[in-house]
Amino acid sequence: MKRSDREKELSRRMITRRALGLGALQLAVTGTLLWRLRDMQLEQADAFRLLAEENRINLRLLPPTRGLIHDRNGVLLAGNEQNYRVVMTRDDAGDIDLVLARLSRLIALDDAAIARAREDMLRNRPFVPVTVAERLSWEEISRVATNAPALPGVTPEMGLSRLYPLKADFAHVVGYVGPVSERDLQREETPDPVLMIPRFQIGKSGVEREAESLLRGKAGSQRVEVNSVGRVMRELDRVEGEPGENLHLTIDARLQNYALERLAGQSAAAVVIDIPTGDVLAAASAPSYDANLFVRGISSKDYNGLLENDYRPLVNKCVQGMYPPGSTFKMVTALAALEAAETDGLERVFCPGHMDVSGNRFHCWKRSGHGRVDLETALAESCDVYFYEMSQRCGIDRINAMSERLGLGIRYDLPMTSVASGLNPSREWKKRARDADWRIGDTVNVSIGQGYVLTTPLQLAVMTARLASNRAVLPRLLRDPLERAVPQATSLDLRPEWLAMIRRGMSNVVNDRRGTAYSSRVVDPTMVMAGKTGTSQVFRITQAERDSGIRRQEDLPWNRRNHALFVNYAPLDNPQVAVAVIVEHGGGGSSAAAPIGRDILLAALNEGRPPLAAYPTSQRNRISAEQDLLEERLRDLGSYRVSRA
Amino acid sequence: MSYLEYNTSRMPKGLAKVLHLNWALVVLLIAVACYGFVMLYSVAGGSAQPWMEPQLQRFVAGLGVMFLVAMVPIWFWRSVAGLGYALSTVLLLGVEFFGAVGMGAQRWLEIGPLRLQPSELAKITTIMALAAFYDWADIKKISRPVFVLVAAVIVLFPVFLVVRQPDLGTSLLIAAAGGAVIFAAGVHWGYFAGVIGSVAGLVVAVFTSRGTDWQLLQDYQYRRIDAFLDPTLDPLGAGYHINQAMIALGSGGWSGRGFMEGTQSRLNFLPEKHTDFIFTTLAEEFGFIGAGSLLVLYVMIIGFCLLTVLRSSNRFAALLTVGVTANFFLYFAVNTAMVMGLAPVVGVPLPLISYGGSAMMVLMVGFGLLQSAHIHRPRLPT
Repeated sequence: MKRSDREKELSRRMITRRALGLGALQLAVTGTLLWRLRDMQLEQADAFRLLAEENRINLRLLPPTRGLIHDRNGVLLAGNEQNYRVVMTRDDAGDIDLVLARLSRLIALDDAAIARAREDMLRNRPFVPVTVAERLSWEEISRVATNAPALPGVTPEMGLSRLYPLKADFAHVVGYVGPVSERDLQREETPDPVLMIPRFQIGKSGVEREAESLLRGKAGSQRVEVNSVGRVMRELDRVEGEPGENLHLTIDARLQNYALERLAGQSAAAVVIDIPTGDVLAAASAPSYDANLFVRGISSKDYNGLLENDYRPLVNKCVQGMYPPGSTFKMVTALAALEAAETDGLERVFCPGHMDVSGNRFHCWKRSGHGRVDLETALAESCDVYFYEMSQRCGIDRINAMSERLGLGIRYDLPMTSVASGLNPSREWKKRARDADWRIGDTVNVSIGQGYVLTTPLQLAVMTARLASNRAVLPRLLRDPLERAVPQATSLDLRPEWLAMIRRGMSNVVNDRRGTAYSSRVVDPTMVMAGKTGTSQVFRITQAERDSGIRRQEDLPWNRRNHALFVNYAPLDNPQVAVAVIVEHGGGGSSAAAPIGRDILLAALNEGRPPLAAYPTSQRNRISAEQDLLEERLRDLGSYRVSRA
Repeated sequence: MSYLEYNTSRMPKGLAKVLHLNWALVVLLIAVACYGFVMLYSVAGGSAQPWMEPQLQRFVAGLGVMFLVAMVPIWFWRSVAGLGYALSTVLLLGVEFFGAVGMGAQRWLEIGPLRLQPSELAKITTIMALAAFYDWADIKKISRPVFVLVAAVIVLFPVFLVVRQPDLGTSLLIAAAGGAVIFAAGVHWGYFAGVIGSVAGLVVAVFTSRGTDWQLLQDYQYRRIDAFLDPTLDPLGAGYHINQAMIALGSGGWSGRGFMEGTQSRLNFLPEKHTDFIFTTLAEEFGFIGAGSLLVLYVMIIGFCLLTVLRSSNRFAALLTVGVTANFFLYFAVNTAMVMGLAPVVGVPLPLISYGGSAMMVLMVGFGLLQSAHIHRPRLPT
């Protein structure tokens, strides 16, 4: 519309006034903004700078390389292998199902693995990295790396994971490692920060667990610059950690392998001790299992299979298994009686096949009786009545003391899981544990290794080594590969003439035609051995069973049969190696355990393989066939041998 | 004052118009845009792609558009103001019914290969429509309720449509710029006092009613308002971003951490670092010198624009210029206040610097109109 000049002037002045007002307001606002900028950038700059640094710099622990475990000859028993794995963080992934689906197209991932990863991620806090797949090939890991943009929250990682190249041979001795659990953390007073590293693995059993502090090493640290989603952009600096210590076991892997294969198919254990040093050369517990299964995460099916197996493969029978020693205990009773001067050993005791003690009849294993027997004969033929008599003369207190002196009832401090102390019964023990007085019948039972007495195969091997050397041999499992000589064990101070009698008796067990293990003799004069059989009763054959015709062990169900034991050492004149063997429910010591004890002892004396020439001529054909069968299963350790440190 | 009153004979004609452009303003715009190019190069990790080069092309195109708009006489723009307003309203309605959904909101309209953001267009057409309305209306009658109601409808209709997209930031900007034009036109200040007073009263009522029997909003709505006003209540959502932005800005210090040395942007702690939060990167890498000088440049642009207003005796041109200036001011004031933690997080880009096409183009059209007003201002007969 047409406006008058006055109106124009009015409009102009109004707009000017108001525009200037708006301009002033705008200037004031901008001034405020500038003031705020100045306040943040000049007054509070340091505080914000600090926050920015905290944002970008992340301190990470570098897991130390776990120490290696070698056998006495440098064979690798526990090593570390490169392991490519894929970890995923829920927070960064966003849609985890989508990302997992994409991932499954790049690497082999079955539905169970996807479900497990999913569950892990949802259970943990959102920023905790969860391992989705492990042990990937280089091709697979590169495929993941190339497709990183399509896989938010997924990081390919390289780490070391534990590997047991000899698989089942060392499952019980070396044990295995596994992820840190809440209980592991509680066990340590001030948990090593390295335990907080996701997926860090610590020893769960065996040497891996008992020597954890040596094997673990010290964590290094690394300062890295991370972006907003925690992805590492670059390393700022790094302090290298210390790798764990490498350990050398006293075990001879070749012998261990032989012993396990020799025991195969039975529920059995064998311990071999080097007499001069106490080195445990082999500790075989059959059946065994592949420890690598536990490192990789054992399936519940496999685990239940191990748990429900009647032969208890998860138990290290060498140190955890406690058995009545049976007749292998008779040396203890004999020495107790000799030391008490209750007999000179030459005295003969009449064995009518049984003995009545305070109204109870105790049988000799030979119902028809042994006639008149001296100490050596009693040992060689394992006459029970002789020891019933001797134990009553010297009493339980002396037997208990001698038993301890020979190494029974003691918990040896070896880096193995659940090393048992066995049971060396005494009056005080019975009062305390059973709230009952010791009876003479208890002594009589103990005299032949029955009743309350319980020993482990390790203890029996130690006992044998002590009898053979008259020294307080202590078993050991770790050795310093640089050591020159091991200090000799202290003397047991048993009179040589007593020990000579015991040794002759033990020699006669295998070398005398009437000995209980004559068929397991060694003919090679440089390896002649001495031993003692044992057959320990687990259940009595009841009268009802006897009436229904069961007289022999083979007629009983497996788990009610007697345990078969055998202890031996060789060479006779210069004892080097002591062996203890137990075959659970094996029947008789002379038939089930002694042949095994002989084979293992000969293997120990001959670098892990018994020489055919050591066997009696009449047995060689059979032994040769057995050896050929066994040889096929034995491991060739040539490829595992590592130069000595 | 219709264009018939213009003393057209004294106006520059043809290419001579170029000489009469406000060149100082052009230089200032280029200077500000250069800040943007540098920062877009930096946030891309030292690369012209993917942001700097397209932005450069758009800015050059934008300058061209500005010149074209400036060449066209201001009275032509006045005559198409109503048409432009109608067109932008139709497009906004189009978004309402056919719009593409992006970032959880309907903002774009896809017409063939073209992607339009009608809310940006509405900013300029609303201002033009208001300026034309007040140019047409009797100055003595503009404070009458009916006239005020018409002006309010002109502003609030597009505001309502943009809110529904939902794009709260843009709608507030349209409302505020419209308010500035209405204020400059000379409407009685009582209306503004009334609006401000009733808004304040409503806010007070909403908050005081909380927890009482006559509570005006649902609990979850209150919680949303809380999170909107104080992002630190949501430390992993919006609060995380604003916190990271403040860290970046504050850690810049006096002279910054250096070109391409900003850790916050380099390591992706900043959200939207090439668009809404680009100011934080500038402040982090060039410090108070960089960020402060940009604010000074903005103030200088505002100053030159206001000068144009004061020199224009043409009512339409003057009001249009006030609107364009207010729009520009609101952009950078809201954006910087937001990243400095002084205002809630609303999606408002930093003018001429943030990566984005629609906003840049609309700004350049606005400056073109301003230049047109400048070139075609009435010359007093000597």
